[in-house]
Amino acid sequence: MLGWELPPHNSGGLGVACYHLSKALAQQGASIDFVLPYDAYHPGTEYMTIHAATTLNPIHKFGIMGAYDSKSVDKLDFDEVDMRDLQTMRGVQKRYVTFVERMIKSKKIGVPDAIHAHDWLTMEAGMRAKQLTDAPLIVHVHATEFDRAGSFGSGNPIVHEIEYQGLMMADRIIAVSGITKNIIIHRYGIPADKIEVVHNAIDPNSLGSYDYDGRTYRYLESLRREGYTVVSTVTRFTAQKGLTQLVHGMARACERYDKLVLLLAGDGEQRDELIGLTAELGISDKVFFTGFVRGKQWRDAYNVADVFVMSSVSEPFGLTALEAAHYGSALIISKQSGVGEVLKSIMRYDFWDTDKLADQLVGIATSPALSRQLRDDVKYEYARLSWHDVARKCMHLYTRMKIGATV
Amino acid sequence: MSKRGIVLYLHVHQPWRVRDYTVFDTAENHDYFGPFTESHRNNKEIFEKVANKSYRPMTKLLKELLDTHPDFKVSLSITGTLLEQAEQWGPDVIESFKSLVNTGRCEIVAETYYHSLAFFYSRSEFEHQVEKHRQKIRDTFGVETSIFRNTELSYDNNLARWADEFGFKGILSEGWDPILGWRSPNYVYKPVGTKNIKLLMKNYRLSDDVAFRFSNRAWEEYPLTADKYDDWVNTSLGDDGEVINLFMDFETFGENIWEDTGIFSFFKDFVGRWLANPANTFYMASEACDTFEAADEIDTPYTTTWADTERDLSAWLGNGMQHEAMRHLYDLEGDILRTSDEALIGDWRRLTTSDHAYYMCTKYFTDGDVHAYFSPYESPYDAFLYFINALRDVRFRLYEHHGHGDL
Repeated sequence: MLGWELPPHNSGGLGVACYHLSKALAQQGASIDFVLPYDAYHPGTEYMTIHAATTLNPIHKFGIMGAYDSKSVDKLDFDEVDMRDLQTMRGVQKRYVTFVERMIKSKKIGVPDAIHAHDWLTMEAGMRAKQLTDAPLIVHVHATEFDRAGSFGSGNPIVHEIEYQGLMMADRIIAVSGITKNIIIHRYGIPADKIEVVHNAIDPNSLGSYDYDGRTYRYLESLRREGYTVVSTVTRFTAQKGLTQLVHGMARACERYDKLVLLLAGDGEQRDELIGLTAELGISDKVFFTGFVRGKQWRDAYNVADVFVMSSVSEPFGLTALEAAHYGSALIISKQSGVGEVLKSIMRYDFWDTDKLADQLVGIATSPALSRQLRDDVKYEYARLSWHDVARKCMHLYTRMKIGATV
Repeated sequence: MSKRGIVLYLHVHQPWRVRDYTVFDTAENHDYFGPFTESHRNNKEIFEKVANKSYRPMTKLLKELLDTHPDFKVSLSITGTLLEQAEQWGPDVIESFKSLVNTGRCEIVAETYYHSLAFFYSRSEFEHQVEKHRQKIRDTFGVETSIFRNTELSYDNNLARWADEFGFKGILSEGWDPILGWRSPNYVYKPVGTKNIKLLMKNYRLSDDVAFRFSNRAWEEYPLTADKYDDWVNTSLGDDGEVINLFMDFETFGENIWEDTGIFSFFKDFVGRWLANPANTFYMASEACDTFEAADEIDTPYTTTWADTERDLSAWLGNGMQHEAMRHLYDLEGDILRTSDEALIGDWRRLTTSDHAYYMCTKYFTDGDVHAYFSPYESPYDAFLYFINALRDVRFRLYEHHGHGDL
């Protein structure tokens, strides 16, 4: 298993997904060697062997490189990359590939039954491992460069090239949603029958049992007591997440119903733009910015919310929606978000359709029955998604590949 | 001794579906029922489609059967909302129904004009809708009604008592086993605590063989032939059975089950096959009540319907949204009627149509059996949202009219 991060050193959904997938796979009898680009202790990972490709501290990953940062990538050919330069993404990636090579050549690990690589970050290592071992390569796509670019432009062409090569070389591709599968087919020209959709899941136990004390966002809680409805989202502030459209929708909703506030939990390059936009639209007193949140602040951004909106322009899956369901929010999810494929007890809108979003916000805020129904139904529904089902599908895939079947 | 007979009863209905009526329309436009931008919700388009697939070909077939077989008879209930749509968009459909009634062997059954659940919310509104329907039938077909069926075949002792006092000769209900106990639905009964009225109970096995199972290729009896079905009807009647009550939606023929399945020719063949035996005949519902003495008394302490495996009202009144929507709707009754504003009263009454509540049903959703659920909306939550927005607008119009009160 070729990954890029694991909790607690993760900056997003990729690490969480890799953790739970590996764990469920191990429980079904898989023996896993998991390669990471940094060196750290990961509690609760005894079920697999973790290999650190560098001696880098995980802090380094967030500090200098940015976890998934594909913007800084300027060289395709590893020959031009200085492996000693661990200050750049390509440098670390080159070191990662070399490490995997050495692991195989030195027979530190045996020939695997399958190589499972996650996203463009480790696709090259996956291809190299396939070359050396002739084991089948499974490329698991959690996000493409098109998703990361949002609606503006198409992203970094070098990263596209890496993705294209990885998808071409892969024996099988796992897409985390039908939306992602479509992107792989239409934007990368990969035949549909090579791609399997395996939706992510959630492990409610990992979120722990926790008593909400209502104190983290006290002002918001007091507004709630006055009858306000708190709308929230927890995300990175990038174009991919559709937050400008969300703010416009919020402003539209406030034209019809005043007792609404929006909590924007997170941080990112769009922060200043969003603050400016709320002022321009005259709703700055109704929108709350938290900055980057972790731990209790992060959890309570869900707890305080009556409605959670996932406004993404392009979201391969969208784990945060399942977390919001766990914490008891009603969900409004853009039709461009993959998680909407596995939940029915939600309201959906096209990310650009701010009037529809506004209508849904006002509808939920003004109807206790609708709000209650959405919360109850989705809470019942999300709990049925299981990582064991995800792992079962992957195991099935590995087995099929091992016996040389093409599908 | 009287011949044994089939009571064929078909229900004809279309609701006035609410368009995507948003909070931005509320208090601005009052056109809840159109014009539509979404064609799968467009009342006119749906009417025209169903008219072509079902109303026109099935009335033609029924007329042909009435002309060919002097013993063939049929009972129809046609809602006021369907007649309104047909007047507007397909007057020839009304003419076809008239040609059936004019044979003297097609009886019209009474019900609420708006196919509503008013019986469970307001006795005065319920009676008004029954009277309005009787008047509409008089005006359109020049006949009186003497048999009553309530929306979705909902029925209980209270309804039977009401219908008895109102002067109806007979009433229809589901032949539900927990109510029948050891008894067979193939007799005429008398509801407990009534004086003159008779009760005809649907033989749901034989009715559903046609209405639900006919086109199901996975059904072990597929394909259903006229001979086989004739056999079943004979077996069900046994030596001394009196009537087989085949109750179903008129749209079964051509719309729910398409012509290419052979449903029309099956039906035609079956009628011929059944009447080939001189001991057999068809009865209109009122004839069956006149012909046979009540075999026993039937006690129905709780409400039954012809819907779902539960045979109750849970598809219409099973969740908080449905209860809230209906409560708010019927709360307005007194104020609405005081306005004497025909347009406003008409719109309010169109919202009493039970289909609106059905579209808000979530039970199929959470059970994962979405296929059992027919709705023109993306989700039950959307259906609720548009309905509530429309209801708010009704409230706004009420406020404008009276010039006081709460919004």
